[in-house]
Amino acid sequence: MSFFKRLRDAIVQKSEEVTQKFTDGLSKTRDLLVEKVEDLVRRYKKIDDDFFDELEEILITSDVGVNTVMELIDDLRSEVRKQKIENAVDLQPILSEKLVALLKNDEAADTSLNVQDGRVNVILFVGVNGVGKTTTIGKMAHMFKQQGKKVLLAAGDTFRAAAIEQLEVWGGRVGVEVIKQQQGSDPAAVIYDAIQAAKSRQVDVLLCDTAGRLQNKVNLMEELAKVHRVLQRELPGAPHEVLLVLDATTGQNALSQAKTFGQSAGVSGLVLTKLDGTAKGGIVIAIRNELNIPVKYVGLGEGMDDLQQFDPEQFVHALFAGLIQKEEAEAQENA
Amino acid sequence: MAFESLANRLQNAFDKLRGRGKIDETIVNEAMREVRLALLEADVNFKVVKDFVARVKERAVGQEVMKSLTPGQMVIKIVNEELVALMGGNAVGLTMAHRPPTVIMMAGLQGAGKTTTTGKLAKYLQKQNRKPLLVAGDIYRPAAIKQLQVLGEQLGVPVFTLGDQVSPVDIARQAIEHAKTNHLDVVLIDTAGRLHIDEALMDELKQIREVTKPDEILLVVDAMTGQDAVNVAESFNSQLELTGVVLTKLDGDTRGGAALSVKAVTGKPIKFAAMGEKLDALEPFHPDRMASRILGMGDVLSLIEKAQASVDEEKARDMERQMRQGEFSFDMFLDSMQQLRNLGPFEDILGMLPGMNKMKGKMNVDEKQIARVEAIAKSMTKAERANPDLLNANRRKRIANGSGTSIQEVNRFLKQFEEMKKMMKQFSGAADKMVKKSKKKGFAGLPFMGKGGGNNQGGMNFPFNFKPPFK
Repeated sequence: MSFFKRLRDAIVQKSEEVTQKFTDGLSKTRDLLVEKVEDLVRRYKKIDDDFFDELEEILITSDVGVNTVMELIDDLRSEVRKQKIENAVDLQPILSEKLVALLKNDEAADTSLNVQDGRVNVILFVGVNGVGKTTTIGKMAHMFKQQGKKVLLAAGDTFRAAAIEQLEVWGGRVGVEVIKQQQGSDPAAVIYDAIQAAKSRQVDVLLCDTAGRLQNKVNLMEELAKVHRVLQRELPGAPHEVLLVLDATTGQNALSQAKTFGQSAGVSGLVLTKLDGTAKGGIVIAIRNELNIPVKYVGLGEGMDDLQQFDPEQFVHALFAGLIQKEEAEAQENA
Repeated sequence: MAFESLANRLQNAFDKLRGRGKIDETIVNEAMREVRLALLEADVNFKVVKDFVARVKERAVGQEVMKSLTPGQMVIKIVNEELVALMGGNAVGLTMAHRPPTVIMMAGLQGAGKTTTTGKLAKYLQKQNRKPLLVAGDIYRPAAIKQLQVLGEQLGVPVFTLGDQVSPVDIARQAIEHAKTNHLDVVLIDTAGRLHIDEALMDELKQIREVTKPDEILLVVDAMTGQDAVNVAESFNSQLELTGVVLTKLDGDTRGGAALSVKAVTGKPIKFAAMGEKLDALEPFHPDRMASRILGMGDVLSLIEKAQASVDEEKARDMERQMRQGEFSFDMFLDSMQQLRNLGPFEDILGMLPGMNKMKGKMNVDEKQIARVEAIAKSMTKAERANPDLLNANRRKRIANGSGTSIQEVNRFLKQFEEMKKMMKQFSGAADKMVKKSKKKGFAGLPFMGKGGGNNQGGMNFPFNFKPPFK
């Protein structure tokens, strides 16, 4: 059975709607990455250095990351030598397979959130400025609400002007309460209030917003550590998830963000936002290849329901949708 | 990260190429491979890199090598010059209308920092005795209007809003009338973040432009943007005809290759750089600083270059002689601090030294800490500076008061200073041998390169565990 066939079969069992969201949301990435590779393979009959140069270019332009790309290209070169591949067309499945392998490099990594019934689940959101933390919280609050859970929001971004109001608007939309203090107050104090409120109101999920901070600001990272300590002290086992929100348009700095936040805030998962508009799904590959933090959710659009649990298979399927259809068509012709 | 070793790899590549009088193609190719990787790692767009590398190659082949440089360094010198040239000469200010009000329109993706930048621009204009008006044109994002109002309040700048039910085009039109009647001379229009492929929202921007005829249309770009920066800039530029770019979040550790990409595809100048969270953290953009940041290896060459230019050779030799005799006074310390300062921010200088890149993350280079140390030294009398033994408890107390620090801090500094002095002695012995081996006199002449004890990595602050740049 061909590789794509297997992938297709794996997807079939999943909800059609989710598949559609991934396929639509990643259309830009697909156009850029996959179709360019196809085009490349078509133009080059033989594999030579120029072929590899162009392949490298395509991968790098999708923000796959120089490191990962270099590894990949080296791998492919040695495959070509080993298997004595001459035709570019024959290399394509190998490339696709390698990309999938990169995306699934630790299958054990669970992309579901550590949320259990019968306790207050605390999820802390961290990230640099302007990645979409507050919006993600709004969307996730909506998601939990849909699941029938009782949700509470904590307005821990006490720095940016009107960040509290922004969270309140989301709270109003979704219909959940927001615990807040004045702008400029200590975020750890807000979180303290929120966790007391969460305990006494017996909510299922507490979503904590924090101010955006650049990962090289030592003081601000310390502030985050304090929030973390307060959570731990007030509720043993909390925070149950620390989600780092990354903007998919970010380039190589995303890796630095993931690394630094990973160390100082104990990040347990990533949320990749704004994946729909741009052609930059590539950073997902780089992150999975270089870091041990799973991508848990992806933002695939502006609507309230457009936050989706990340599924490597869906992701790859969406990327290679064109190829899969073609192969199916060919299979039918042959039959 | 892979990049840490780049400066070292480059150095190795260059070592092989020493002693050739002219730059030939092999040298260029070798060096350009590293340059290419450096630029790509910095998120410069692939196509931009390709063009750039081709152009530099053409210029570099056949060049005479300057006396003090190796051929490889010469190539990097050319690269740097080309980068600066590409990024545009000097900082360009804002265009002001002949008849007020001047209209400035902001545009960009979500989360680039438009609203914050709008506030910062208002502050900048205020300082130039202008009277800005903030216009809340982002009616989509929750609380965006409120955000602008809060900023306006902090700055004491009026904010024009019609709520979130009126179209941004109408808001903009009425805002200009409002500015005219209230004698406000600059109108800053904040707009909602949008994807460059969102046609409906791009049309809205075009309409705002039609109605307000802005003197400036500024694209706000997150310095961390990856390869997509080109597409964003290209499409905003083709639809709106930008007049300039503001680069935000440059205070992060991104190398900011997006700056180069944006400049290369739009040809529009980068007018401002946002360097922090406070409202006054907006600076005119400096192409040369950005160039060496993107390249990430202004290191070898530019350190030599800058060191030669800014270290007073005479003084250095004087200091070296004194040091060799085991004398090291606070005066010399202040001098060497000043000379290092002239080279640029400490963190950058660290990055410039081959092999130091690795240390960069681990060491806490706290500029404030350095400033405190300087303050302590400056609070001493002349006599004290020349002779640290004078410093008794009373004097220390006075120094602590004078420099706004505590006695503990003064004591700590004095102790570190003693250690440094010891290290200097050891080091000057070692340096003698080094000088004979290496021709890089630029480094040997640099005072203040104390040798860090191997056991205190990361724990202490910058000036005191500085490793000498020799291999």
